[in-house]
Amino acid sequence: MIDNIDLSLVDWSRAQFALTAIYHWLFVPLTLGLSMIVAIMETIYVKTGKQEWKRITLFWMKLFGINFAIGIATGIILEFEFGTNWSNYSWFVGDIFGAPLAAEGIVAFFLESTFIAVMFFGWDKVSKKFHLLSTWLVAIGASLSALWILVANAWMQHPVGMAFNPDTARNEMVSFWAVLFNQIAVDKFLHTVSSGFLLASMFVLGISSWFLLRKREEYLAKRSILIAGIFGLLSSLMVAYTGDKSTRNLSKFQPVKFASMEALYQGKSNAGLIAFGILKDSHTKIGDKEIKEFAVKIQIPGLLSILTGGNNDTYVPGLVDQISGNSKLNIIPTSEKIKNGIYARDVLAAYKKAKLEKDTVQISALKGVFNDKTFLDKYFRYFGYAAIDKPEDVIPNVTISFYSFHLMVILGFLFIMIFSVALYLTYKGSISRNRWFLWVALLSIPLPYVSGELGWILTEVGRQPWIIQDLMTVSKGVSHVMTGSVITTFILFAVMFTALLIAEISIMVKQIKIGPKNRED
Amino acid sequence: MTPIISQLFLQHYWWIIISVLASFLVFLMFVQGGQSLIYSLPQNDNQKTMIVNTLGRKWETTFTTLVTFGGAFFASFPLFYATSFGGAYWVWIAILLSFTIQAIAYEYRSKPNNVLGQKTYDLFLFLNGSLGPFLIGVAVATFFTGAMFSLNQMNQVHWATTWYGLEALLNIRDLSLGFAVLFLCRINGLLYIIFSIDDNALFKRSVKALVINSVPFLIFFIFFTISLLVSNGHAVDYVTGSISIEKFKYFHNLLQMPVVLLLFLVGVVNVLLGIGITVLRTSKHGIWFTGTGTVLTVFALFIIAGFNGTSFYPSLHDVQSSLTINNASSSHFTLKTMMFVSFIIPLILVYIWYAWKAINKDKITEEEMNTGEHNY
Ligand code: HDD
Ligand code: HEM
Ligand code: HEM
Repeated sequence: MIDNIDLSLVDWSRAQFALTAIYHWLFVPLTLGLSMIVAIMETIYVKTGKQEWKRITLFWMKLFGINFAIGIATGIILEFEFGTNWSNYSWFVGDIFGAPLAAEGIVAFFLESTFIAVMFFGWDKVSKKFHLLSTWLVAIGASLSALWILVANAWMQHPVGMAFNPDTARNEMVSFWAVLFNQIAVDKFLHTVSSGFLLASMFVLGISSWFLLRKREEYLAKRSILIAGIFGLLSSLMVAYTGDKSTRNLSKFQPVKFASMEALYQGKSNAGLIAFGILKDSHTKIGDKEIKEFAVKIQIPGLLSILTGGNNDTYVPGLVDQISGNSKLNIIPTSEKIKNGIYARDVLAAYKKAKLEKDTVQISALKGVFNDKTFLDKYFRYFGYAAIDKPEDVIPNVTISFYSFHLMVILGFLFIMIFSVALYLTYKGSISRNRWFLWVALLSIPLPYVSGELGWILTEVGRQPWIIQDLMTVSKGVSHVMTGSVITTFILFAVMFTALLIAEISIMVKQIKIGPKNRED
Repeated sequence: MTPIISQLFLQHYWWIIISVLASFLVFLMFVQGGQSLIYSLPQNDNQKTMIVNTLGRKWETTFTTLVTFGGAFFASFPLFYATSFGGAYWVWIAILLSFTIQAIAYEYRSKPNNVLGQKTYDLFLFLNGSLGPFLIGVAVATFFTGAMFSLNQMNQVHWATTWYGLEALLNIRDLSLGFAVLFLCRINGLLYIIFSIDDNALFKRSVKALVINSVPFLIFFIFFTISLLVSNGHAVDYVTGSISIEKFKYFHNLLQMPVVLLLFLVGVVNVLLGIGITVLRTSKHGIWFTGTGTVLTVFALFIIAGFNGTSFYPSLHDVQSSLTINNASSSHFTLKTMMFVSFIIPLILVYIWYAWKAINKDKITEEEMNTGEHNY
């Protein structure tokens, strides 16, 4: 009934999705943050009426436009890729997943794209107030679009608010609010959007520092640093706060991802938080999978227990507990989840057979099963496990999860420091004399990009093999096109995006060198 | 428990929304149509700059309409999204690629250090302008001519050819709609240029091009329409869900839904009227008529594709797999929730209208191209 598919098809489809998503995410956070910063600057211009501020606004707005275009170019591919490359997934979850995507278009994208035209072309045509409003609407539109797509992503990590319908063989939405206010969605939205604000602040800070290093545009640079410093510090604190909340969510909702990113195999109480660590191979295994050990680690004793449970007696389950089960904590062994998943799948198969044979007695009996709460709680919630061969297959890549998480966190604290120093030096009025700091700020521009991508890698790699947690594996979601087609499109996209990226960077750098328009214009 | 709003009502409601989005999309592709003319229409660089800037201020709305069309289709008829995109893979990928290269072309073409050079970006605009409308036309034609797929019991798609969608390019009926849409977009593009650019020489050239483009448009459109009226369709019985082939299905649809027939006729007449007043009476307002006509005609075509018990995505491989608004839709709950979201669409139309009016207040002139804040 469910055909077997070629593994390389899945891998290429994944690679293609990852490629396009990673490229998209190179541009999205700057759009999110820079639109806000530009709106703040224009607000100051309208309030004070100073031409200098208009000049500052126009300069950053130009850079915004260059980045925005390529964000759109990569975004449309992602949206349609759900259909072209993950069509089985699109059907299985389309009833829920499609709604945020449509809402994104209706509620957010039109707002962005309409008012961006006013923002760029309306300076002399509409009133100052209306122009300012348009700039704000672009910024709000960008964040709103992030909201919807993140709601969709959060749902895949932690599916809520739906019920399975055996007739259509898919999940159907029963509560829109549950989907929207999914705990993971709320924190993911705040974390992701504030990480975009942070990134844009670093961008503005770094480029302004370059101007100061070159002794150009002092006024523009210093004002911009002030705005970027305040906005950046606030957002980086927000990033840390919401990152912590996301971690707690994971310990509840995606415990396997959580244990993997901490490389915690044997659960323990008084568990320490790894501040820094290097992993190495070991000789022990879980099933077929080799366990990683720490070659080096610095840990803060007891903190992980405290963070997840409130005190250091809390037992933090590790991967071994998740796979083999832990009756004290009510963790079911994965092998049993697999059995339950297979049972659920068999019931569905029997139902489909009955429908084919028009066996009405059997149909109504089995239909009742799908409404039965114990069946749903005990069996159906593990539906996806039917596709898992060996229990250890539910463990994602520990090395990638561990490093991406820890590097992201380390960088997060570094950013808090950088913005604090920027504000301190601005306050002292000595920022242009501290050339070392200007260099640090300039060279730090790429770092938020790195941490943002690492965040997504953690989120997505850490949930493997699931495309929807516990319900569908990635290999079941893929479209049955020819592997060769996917390889071809992968190469096409890779070449095209890379060419566009190079063009974007080149144009951006040139525009920065040209600097803002002269005062007279 | 029967809900107050029936599932069938919601399915029809959402098909109307999809049809509205599609019809506005085809109209807004005047941007693409205009792009396809950038090599032949302008006589000098100044004219070209004006054309590119006129179109460039509107491209994002077209693009967003396409994106929203996709999103709304996904939300309301996910089985179509899964079946067609996952099956007719190459057609959709080609459409996507042609829009991706457009998104950066305007912003980057005249910026210094743009690596690929202005010529390349202009080529991107031309490719998107020609392939975009053509391929979308071909893809939409398969709503009538069908495709080679089947669905299993788990509603998973199986595509019965190894061409993965490209087979549509071998079907004359699909091709004829593709070309009809392309030439219609060129006509709308010309009318929009006439409407918004204040330049006499360009006006004369545009009127000439309008005549030249109207001929192939009429040929392809009439061919497609006649072939549609005489062709079979897949009819569905909503009670049993079974699907059968009905002779002259689309012709019957028009007769059985006279309002739609009327919309279709008024649409076609308006398209012709817009062209007529521009050519014969040198009016600059043809776009209003042809634009409205485009919207009405496309809307009527979508309605006869999906309403009145018709399969909007017939399967040529396994009749019972054909998609209808009934079997391909989302659940009652989702359709209802999304209906509430859709209520803000009029508001969107109002603010787009308002913002466009504010920006279009002055016509594009050579002068503005030399002084504006942000030019392409
Ligand atoms: C947190 C934010 C965020 C995330 C996770 C994503 N996007 Fe995105 N997307 C944006 C934030 C954003 C944005 C900031 O709103 C963009 C970037 C540039 C722009 O114009 O809007 C955008 C543009 C954009 C566009 C072009 C819209 C237009 O015409 O204006 C599409 C179709 C998508 N995205 C689709 C997707 C899909 C299918 C994603 C997931 C797989 C995705 N985005 C992830
Ligand atoms: C917010 C909406 C997003 C959704 C719905 C989503 C969904 C998906 C899907 C369907 C896959 C393919 C299946 C898989 O291999 O897991 C995937 C993979 C991946 N995505 Fe996302 N994604 C989203 C955003 C992003 C973004 C913005 C990034 C940015 C970098 C990202 C990074 C990745 C990576 C790295 C993979 C590959 C993981 C792997 O194959 O091991 N995702 N995602
Ligand atoms: C300061 C400490 C930080 C902590 C504790 C933290 C924690 C986390 C966690 C646990 C996740 C995974 C969420 C999930 O899988 O659902 C995550 C994801 C992510 N992080 Fe961080 N993070 C921090 C800093 C940063 C920084 C500095 C950036 C970028 C500038 C960033 C950007 C992201 C992004 C884009 C994601 C993916 C979206 C998501 O799933 O929320 N994070 N972070």
